Amino acid sequence: MFFSFMLLFSRQGKLRLQKWYVPLSDKEKKKITRELVQTVLARKPKMCSFLEWRDLKIVYKRYASLYFCCAIEDQDNELITLEIIHRYVELLDKYFGSVCELDIIFNFEKAYFILDEFLLGGEAQETSKKNVLKAIEQADLLQEVRHLIKITVDK
Amino acid sequence: MPAPIRLRELIRTIRTARTQAEEREMIQKECAAIRSSFREEDNTYRCRNVAKLLYMHMLGYPAHFGQLECLKLIASQKFTDKRIGYLGAMLLLDERQDVHLLMTNCIKNDLNHSTQYVQGLALCTLGCMGSSEMCRDLAGEVEKLLKTSNSYLRKKAALCAVHVIRKVPELMEMFLPATKNLLSEKNHGVLHTSVVLLTEMCERSPDMLAHFRKLVPQLVRILKNLIMSGYSPEHDVSGISDPFLQVRILRLLRILGKSDDDSSEAMNDILAQVATNTETSKNVGNAILYETVLTIMDIKSESGLRVLAINILGRFLLNNDKNIRYVALTSLLKTVQTDHNAVQRHRSTIVDCLKDLDVSIKRRAMELSFALVNGNNIRGMMKELLYFLDSCDPEFKADCASGVFLAAEKYAPSKRWHIDTIMRVLTTAGSYVRDDSVPNLIQLITNSVEMHAYTVQRLYKALLDDISQQPLVQVASWCIGEYGDLLVSGQCEEEEPIQDEVLDVLEGLLVSNLSTPVTRGYALTAIMKLSTRFSSVNRIKKVVSIYGSSIDVELQQRAVEYNALFKKYDHMRANPNPNIAVITIHASNSTEADMTDFVFQAAVPKTFQLQLLSPSSNVVPALNQGTVTQVIRVLNPQKQQLRMRIKLTYTLKGSAVQDLAEVNNFPPQSWQ
Repeated sequence: MFFSFMLLFSRQGKLRLQKWYVPLSDKEKKKITRELVQTVLARKPKMCSFLEWRDLKIVYKRYASLYFCCAIEDQDNELITLEIIHRYVELLDKYFGSVCELDIIFNFEKAYFILDEFLLGGEAQETSKKNVLKAIEQADLLQEVRHLIKITVDK
Repeated sequence: MPAPIRLRELIRTIRTARTQAEEREMIQKECAAIRSSFREEDNTYRCRNVAKLLYMHMLGYPAHFGQLECLKLIASQKFTDKRIGYLGAMLLLDERQDVHLLMTNCIKNDLNHSTQYVQGLALCTLGCMGSSEMCRDLAGEVEKLLKTSNSYLRKKAALCAVHVIRKVPELMEMFLPATKNLLSEKNHGVLHTSVVLLTEMCERSPDMLAHFRKLVPQLVRILKNLIMSGYSPEHDVSGISDPFLQVRILRLLRILGKSDDDSSEAMNDILAQVATNTETSKNVGNAILYETVLTIMDIKSESGLRVLAINILGRFLLNNDKNIRYVALTSLLKTVQTDHNAVQRHRSTIVDCLKDLDVSIKRRAMELSFALVNGNNIRGMMKELLYFLDSCDPEFKADCASGVFLAAEKYAPSKRWHIDTIMRVLTTAGSYVRDDSVPNLIQLITNSVEMHAYTVQRLYKALLDDISQQPLVQVASWCIGEYGDLLVSGQCEEEEPIQDEVLDVLEGLLVSNLSTPVTRGYALTAIMKLSTRFSSVNRIKKVVSIYGSSIDVELQQRAVEYNALFKKYDHMRANPNPNIAVITIHASNSTEADMTDFVFQAAVPKTFQLQLLSPSSNVVPALNQGTVTQVIRVLNPQKQQLRMRIKLTYTLKGSAVQDLAEVNNFPPQSWQ
């Protein structure tokens, strides 16, 4: 499922994460964000998780105080997109231990790193929860290393 | 200079701001500090500063002055720097700015780095935001990594290749060799991304598609293993093994099976298996079923499988989960043309969805309902759709009204039903009806000759109730002007108005605030037309002369022209054109069978001109049970004796019949 973008925002409309997989100017991104956030926040709980907005297919789901909202292509499967969103939430939950909005606010860069180990170029790159978390763990350890030693290893 | 404050410290501080102004002040202060730190080329804290900048950028503040700093971080040898640097590049840079090209060399180096996590960062960034130029420069590196045995890198390279192909489609060929063994991988990550890559290539190139058809058996095998394998904790989602991979494989199979009999046959069994064995209690199972249905409908599947698919969608429609109902309606809409009868079986469930609370579900149910209307179900369906029209949100009314008009035109069981339906739409959703509906409806009414009296009476009554809905008012005005004589002549079943009452109503339209200029035009013309049908000519003359000085230019012009008619051409009033003879023919049939396809044709000598209006019907009922009437108008400027050759053609008891005759005995009054 090709994601054009993924947005995380609070119930007050504050942006917590924005990942764009299509090239747009800052101005365009801001406009889309502002209008889409308004549209999604206006939806009632009884409505379904999918909507057509402009010429995009939007899939969104609320987890506690955060909305996870993404745009997919016309031929993409909406139901599996919900599973992808859910998988990302599970990853955040496992990483932060019972994740809440504050975790995302204070560790936004980590939220991005985790997303980047799960999706690449708008598509899922790893379907094993374990493998994503392992990679993040290893990368985090690497941050402790003072300098990356250049060793040539026969691959 | 003190060390710049830490990221989390800044976040904490900014969150204490009570007003937007306070926040802006804090941000400006910090940005100033960051700028001077950048100017000092401080390596130690560059990472921290850029991170803070990224936070402020997310709040909506400008951060472009950090772009070059991101590049410096990417070039650093510290992993923390690279991590933040690449993140910054993805957030602050894009391919529209030339500065992004400066990344190319760094990315190239990092793609060849000894640490896979650094290579991963580079692949991720390239795959997320690589411009066409960057992709051209680095495609070779990506291709190399696509062949590595390191699954961590291989999966990322595959998706990076997808991005490269999207940006520079001509480069697709160079990745072909590397795809050779992709599906032999055991690693699910690589399998998943490989399927994505293969899908992209097949979608873009018919040659690639043909080339990869041979993978169908392998894909079927992989899918089968996923379904049959026991519990695998690593890939399990609610009891289903790697649903993400299953869905991607199903989608690739769809593309490979489309328009290809052999491939479609090869995947028939596995599709049936998935369709029947997948657990449907949770969304994840339904996601797989959904993809399966899409595949079955798109390939050349046998009819049993197609019926299975439509039935799955039928079950989806009854699911409590509104998301599932939504995708069901979307899919049914796609297949309603090709599998019309199968979808018809679920008609009542679809009609129920018109009452759903969700706007998207309602819209799809409406579109699908219109697609399912046919001659057999028109009465029942129209009842539901008109009820929907009454109660739906304004955003639906225009489309629904149009849909009703179209369906009524195609399948109306009787002319009266048709007119009644139109009336219902005009009175309940009159303001939402499209502009072109008015002339179309007038045309329809004109052609239903025997309904003129009924129609004008009903429209008149509707006007008495409500003059706010302009399309209704316009059609009603036109009809009153055209058929006003029928309205007051005693042809109506119920109480009929007198001439003055009718004129009151029309004049009321002229002065009402609710009437648009277009409506006023209709009203004025209608009043004028009544001057040849009503006897209150003086009253009409008065009204018309008043509007000769109207501010509305359109109305003024009409009034002035009508006034002229009163002055200059009044003498023609009694006999509008003495040279035109109006002849009405009545055709009756005394035989035992109906005459169908009845056509009356006439020819006159050269000095005459003939106009045949539409007949009342082209079926002449048997045993004199009814007549077909048709009006002929003959222009006879030279006042010669009227002669006519007539030809009747019709079908009687299955055979075509033709009758020719000459008519010479027209009464002298018709041509003198």
